[in-house]
Amino acid sequence: MADISNNFVGIKSPNPFWLASAPPTDKAYNVERAFKAGWGGVVWKTLGEEGPPIVNVNGPRYGAIWGADRRLLGLNNIELITDRDLHLNLREIKEVKAKWPDRAMIVSLMVPCEEQAWKSILPLVEETGADGIELNFGCPHGMSERGMGAAVGQVPEYIEMVTRWCKQTTRMPVIVKLTPNISDIRYPARAAKAGGADAVSLINTVSSIVSVNLDDFSPEPSIDGKGSHGGYCGPAVKPIALNMVAEIGRDEETVGLPISGIGGITTWRDAAEFLALGAGNVQVCTAAMTYGFKIVEEMISGLEAWMDSKGHRTLDDVIGRATPNVTDWQYLNLNYVTKAKINQDTCIKCGRCHIACEDTSHQAITNMLNGERHFEVIDEECVGCNLCVNVCPVESCITMEQVPAGQMDARTGKKVVKKYSNWTEHPNNPSIVAAE
Amino acid sequence: MAASAFEKRMRDGVAAGRLKSDELKNNFNDVHPPLDGHEALVASDRCYFCYDAPCVTACPTAIDIPQFIREISTGNTVGAAETILEQNILGGMCARVCPTETLCEQACVRELAEGKPVQIGLLQRFATDEVMTQNKQFFERKPTTGKSIAVVGAGPTGLACAHRLSMHGHNVTIYEARKKPGGLNEFGIAAYKTVDNFAQKEVDYVTAIGGINIKYNEPIGPNLNLDKLRKDHDAVFLGMGLSGVNALGLKGKEPEGVMDAVDFIAQLRQTKNKGKIAIGRRIVVIGGGMTAVDCAVQAKLLGAEEVTICYRRGQSQMNASRYEQELAATHGVIIRDWLQPQKLKTKSGAVSGITLEYTHTEKKKLVGTGETITLEADQVFRAIGQTLGDENSDVLENELKLDHGRIATREDGATSLDDVWAGGDCTNMGDDLTVTAVAQGRDAAESITKYLNA
Repeated sequence: MADISNNFVGIKSPNPFWLASAPPTDKAYNVERAFKAGWGGVVWKTLGEEGPPIVNVNGPRYGAIWGADRRLLGLNNIELITDRDLHLNLREIKEVKAKWPDRAMIVSLMVPCEEQAWKSILPLVEETGADGIELNFGCPHGMSERGMGAAVGQVPEYIEMVTRWCKQTTRMPVIVKLTPNISDIRYPARAAKAGGADAVSLINTVSSIVSVNLDDFSPEPSIDGKGSHGGYCGPAVKPIALNMVAEIGRDEETVGLPISGIGGITTWRDAAEFLALGAGNVQVCTAAMTYGFKIVEEMISGLEAWMDSKGHRTLDDVIGRATPNVTDWQYLNLNYVTKAKINQDTCIKCGRCHIACEDTSHQAITNMLNGERHFEVIDEECVGCNLCVNVCPVESCITMEQVPAGQMDARTGKKVVKKYSNWTEHPNNPSIVAAE
Repeated sequence: MAASAFEKRMRDGVAAGRLKSDELKNNFNDVHPPLDGHEALVASDRCYFCYDAPCVTACPTAIDIPQFIREISTGNTVGAAETILEQNILGGMCARVCPTETLCEQACVRELAEGKPVQIGLLQRFATDEVMTQNKQFFERKPTTGKSIAVVGAGPTGLACAHRLSMHGHNVTIYEARKKPGGLNEFGIAAYKTVDNFAQKEVDYVTAIGGINIKYNEPIGPNLNLDKLRKDHDAVFLGMGLSGVNALGLKGKEPEGVMDAVDFIAQLRQTKNKGKIAIGRRIVVIGGGMTAVDCAVQAKLLGAEEVTICYRRGQSQMNASRYEQELAATHGVIIRDWLQPQKLKTKSGAVSGITLEYTHTEKKKLVGTGETITLEADQVFRAIGQTLGDENSDVLENELKLDHGRIATREDGATSLDDVWAGGDCTNMGDDLTVTAVAQGRDAAESITKYLNA
């Protein structure tokens, strides 16, 4: 049986599934329910500095986009950090941690970008017995207008500075949570590392307007006819998050920096993909907010079953295994030639592959053969783009088949070469010509 | 002492009121309840939006099905209805009565993929119900052409023809034999397929375009013959359907209790109180088409204890679709095949049973085996096909070319006379479906317009 116990920068938890800092981790009641359900750890919803509590809107806080049968695909929120009293939160954190010593208890923090503000709150958190802190440099709405959250996360120098203040002040591991609302995730990650961060976590939510009400022309969620951009999360953001995790994992300057993966994780499979791209563990929020805490049972059993089936004994066997396979376009093998192939036995003749190829791609799929409805790839035209595979409603009906070395590529009329060869050495590459 | 519910239900012979009124109400509810908004969204999401979609090819009226389903899925129900109605102005009724299981839904690629086609019929109903409730009209008459066209019969084919003719600016007079419009939609379809007076509402919706004048109680006959129609109008469209019923072909006078299934079906549609319609405790229905099923199922729903459909060939050759046969079976109707009627049994002048002979095929010909079975029956219903009817045949046969007792037509509905078209069940063209009748009426209207403009 696979062992999925997790050790993330020295913080131990029985499994790699943590709940991200968000409404599900706002108070003891929820967090205890999560621990009872089996979650390995939580990042307590972000605490702010002492003083009058944060005020939230009193209208809707969430907007959404849906797939078929109203399945929630993307959620957007304009909720701020905790609106509960700082000391109430600290008291509950201490109580829950004492009651659940084997679970990871991380406290998310966001205070003004001043040294004293950070240095004042850290001893209070330390006193709760929490296992670590997460610096919320990601929140894109509300707090960022006040110079916090994403406003810090978008300036690498601030990230480095605040991280350093925290590392100087506390014994607790420091996880820096990054915002995806930047042009290149590597810069903030490098800054966090430079400041001494023990790890980064990403992604926080993506700035978004989730929809517009076409009756009153208000963005959703609508607060008295007006809307503000929110933070987008859920299954829809997973591909963005995976890429950012991979970028940090393979950047020379940050290689080896532990990553807590966040972004649309809904099933064990999503989690396994994050781990494979280098995340040391994962954080979940939207899926729990959609289905409740019970989903962690499926995540645990699914991850274990997959690891067992593949012979992976511990998480270390999996973490980062896909990272070396992420490369730049210019290093992709141009001698790898594929053609689409349609399985006529499983084809249901919907014709979507044909019309997609005919209207928008390479005119490489028939729609008729001897007067009969028939869909077949024309190898002479097929560039192997994979669009037909993606639009086909039948799984595995269309497959991409490699044209073996030595065989003719019907499109180019040339024999497929076995040798790996990429753009950097291609004769059409002007950089090569310039180098000569 | 009043009879108990059980005694009422089990009364021997033919009797009304076998079931309580709430039982009857429940029994004759919509057989396919409509989809609600969310169900329609989920159902519409299953459509793959196929290229050159097989469902469109399978639809006699060639409705752009992927298009209207996509419109439903994006919340554009009104646009969906327009897509449907521009091809089939009786799309509301067709959504209810089409044997979709042998048409669009059979062709659906998801039927091939997983045996669960997109619910095209129910989605069509969802869209058309919405605009009919709003009474939203999509079509306008062109400026009047001054041409006058006679349409005989206010059934599906006549209404579809009249509507399309009116769109082209012609003036239409419909001559209807009965005192109500709708044809088989109003008189010939099981009550549970079209509840809440839908047929009448649809006629109102279709004729709201204007330029259509319906004259009732005007059957074809000595006073209204083809000659007169041709003189009074610039063109004539015949869509009077079939008014005759084939006889069982048994010797002797038919006793009381032997009835035409179509009359029973019409009676059920027209009555205000189904509790007053008498039905036997044991029923035999002779035939194998939709009419036989509509008759048998409704007999059962009225409270008959034992209802048997007897068909002279094998079950797979029945005209009623597999789905209709299953509907009958789930209502407790017994379907017996390879049986042909031989002799009626009577008791005090009324039918008491029927003797049937087993059949089989020899060299592709149906023959009796000599072996018989006798079923007890308080009523025997004939559902063995219809004919033009004597009145119609008498009037038409000297002037028009007939084919197997029906009006011979070309694909566009043109008959042997230059200025006469025909469509629907009275022709030799189709498969006696509402949807085919609509297509033929619509296409004939286009052909007539071309003729008048030439």
